[in-house]
Amino acid sequence: MLHAMVDRTMTVSIEQIEEKVKREKTALRTRERKAELVYPILVAVGLLLVWEAGSRVFGVPEYLFPMPSAIIGTTVKNWMLLLNETWVTTVEILLGYFASILIGVPLALAIFHWPVFAKSIYPLLISTQAMPKVAVAPLLVVWFGFGLLPKVLIAFLIAFFPIVINTIVGLVSLEREKIHLAQSMGLSRFDTFRLIRLPHALPSLFAGLKISITLAVVGAVVGEFVGGDSGLGYQLMVANGAMDTPLLFAGILVLTLLGLVLFWLVEALERWAIPYQERTNSMGVSS
Amino acid sequence: MTQLAVEARTTAKVPPRAADQSYLAVDNLSKIYVADEGTVRALDRVSLEQRRGEFVSIVGPSGCGKSTLLMIAAGLTSSSDGEVRINNKPIIGPRTDVGIVFQNHVLLDWRTALENVMLQAEARKLDRATSEARARQLLNAVGLAGFEDKYPKSLSGGMKQRVSICRALIHDPPHLLMDEPFGALDALTRDQLVLDLQRICAERSMTILFITHSIAEAVFLSDRVIVMTPRPGKIDRVIDIDLPRPRTLAMRDSSKFVEYSREILNIFLARGVLREN
Repeated sequence: MLHAMVDRTMTVSIEQIEEKVKREKTALRTRERKAELVYPILVAVGLLLVWEAGSRVFGVPEYLFPMPSAIIGTTVKNWMLLLNETWVTTVEILLGYFASILIGVPLALAIFHWPVFAKSIYPLLISTQAMPKVAVAPLLVVWFGFGLLPKVLIAFLIAFFPIVINTIVGLVSLEREKIHLAQSMGLSRFDTFRLIRLPHALPSLFAGLKISITLAVVGAVVGEFVGGDSGLGYQLMVANGAMDTPLLFAGILVLTLLGLVLFWLVEALERWAIPYQERTNSMGVSS
Repeated sequence: MTQLAVEARTTAKVPPRAADQSYLAVDNLSKIYVADEGTVRALDRVSLEQRRGEFVSIVGPSGCGKSTLLMIAAGLTSSSDGEVRINNKPIIGPRTDVGIVFQNHVLLDWRTALENVMLQAEARKLDRATSEARARQLLNAVGLAGFEDKYPKSLSGGMKQRVSICRALIHDPPHLLMDEPFGALDALTRDQLVLDLQRICAERSMTILFITHSIAEAVFLSDRVIVMTPRPGKIDRVIDIDLPRPRTLAMRDSSKFVEYSREILNIFLARGVLREN
């Protein structure tokens, strides 16, 4: 036994061991990556199958809980309608979202730069947030009618608060030592902002942007619920009224997909803007 | 206690650092912090002088106000009373004729090692090409060749602090202020950085104010060690370190080195900073 081990150390070079460890590591990583893709799909497909089978076995009526096959069938059958409504809703979401960025970020900068302004506006800001936006929606319909504007406004109202707060948090959280460093280098206030404070605030700003995009979706749909003549939210109401539950599910499916796509777009933008960032995924596990 | 300038040293023994001109003058400096829990006397009428080209260390227990003293000397914190002068001119705002190494590396996550060093050059609008060559040369001098394009997240703690030292040196500051720069590092890394620092300093005529709680570090690097009392921070004693340069690690076992260390240790023992049972 002892002789065998001695022989091994003689014959196996450290380079060979290194190669072996590298190979194992690569294989492990590939397996993990596959698992990340395969397992969720397996679970989802499994659940759908159980759902489908359960519906058939117990004869659940379609108007209560349609089977996946029925939902997918309805989605495919109504794809033209759903696509049109998706377009309408997407425009509302994006307009509201961009408005919340265009107003939220400068507002955050102003609050950060002028303490007096911050003190005067902050209670108002908190109040608008405490006020349920859904309750204001009918009022917006009264004022602005059934068109695009009230939906955009509601999406904006819901989405802009997290952007303001997260931007402020990012700006304020700069360490004292970094400010001292900037001062010792003779950086002007503007250059300190441009070179240090703003890039420092970016991760926090993006956290706000990611929360807000999902909220903007909610805002647009609420707007369509309250007073609309088009959009996915309106279509949900119509399907509901007609007891067309499969179409209702189809609408929810499309809205979910829309929300996911928009979220991924913001995340891709974040990855592009701050590539140096150590990232955490949605479950807070660093990857 | 206004004059703590020490008698002229025998300059012959330490030729590279020889200097007599007074550069930094701290005059009856006090700093009081007011907090909810009551006031804190961080500095109590501290006076000291530093000559041009001199390496002065301030040693003291945690919370003795030595970092505060450095921040006031940098013009980054206001004093409650007293004055700090550079070349006889009182400091009224943040000084820009300095390089500062902070306790933490204070690197910007979104810049590579090289870009972090270059921040100083960009801020001062120094010539880009010359500065970059210099930055590379400095990074090389602290053993970071090949790490220029790495982001801080992939550097070790010691490497990050090295980058921050390069950043403090790239503009050749007349005054280098170091606030416990090696405090967070392991013993081997500290030794290496202390050696690197000595070598880099020997190459230029820099005046260095160095804050530390390590007696060995202070004795090894300094021309003069200022020992501070526990809070409220006062100057306890000023010790001239008369050891030839360049100093070597082996010198730490020499009787003179041990004597200096023992002297400082005895002050701490007498003040109750350290207790032997």
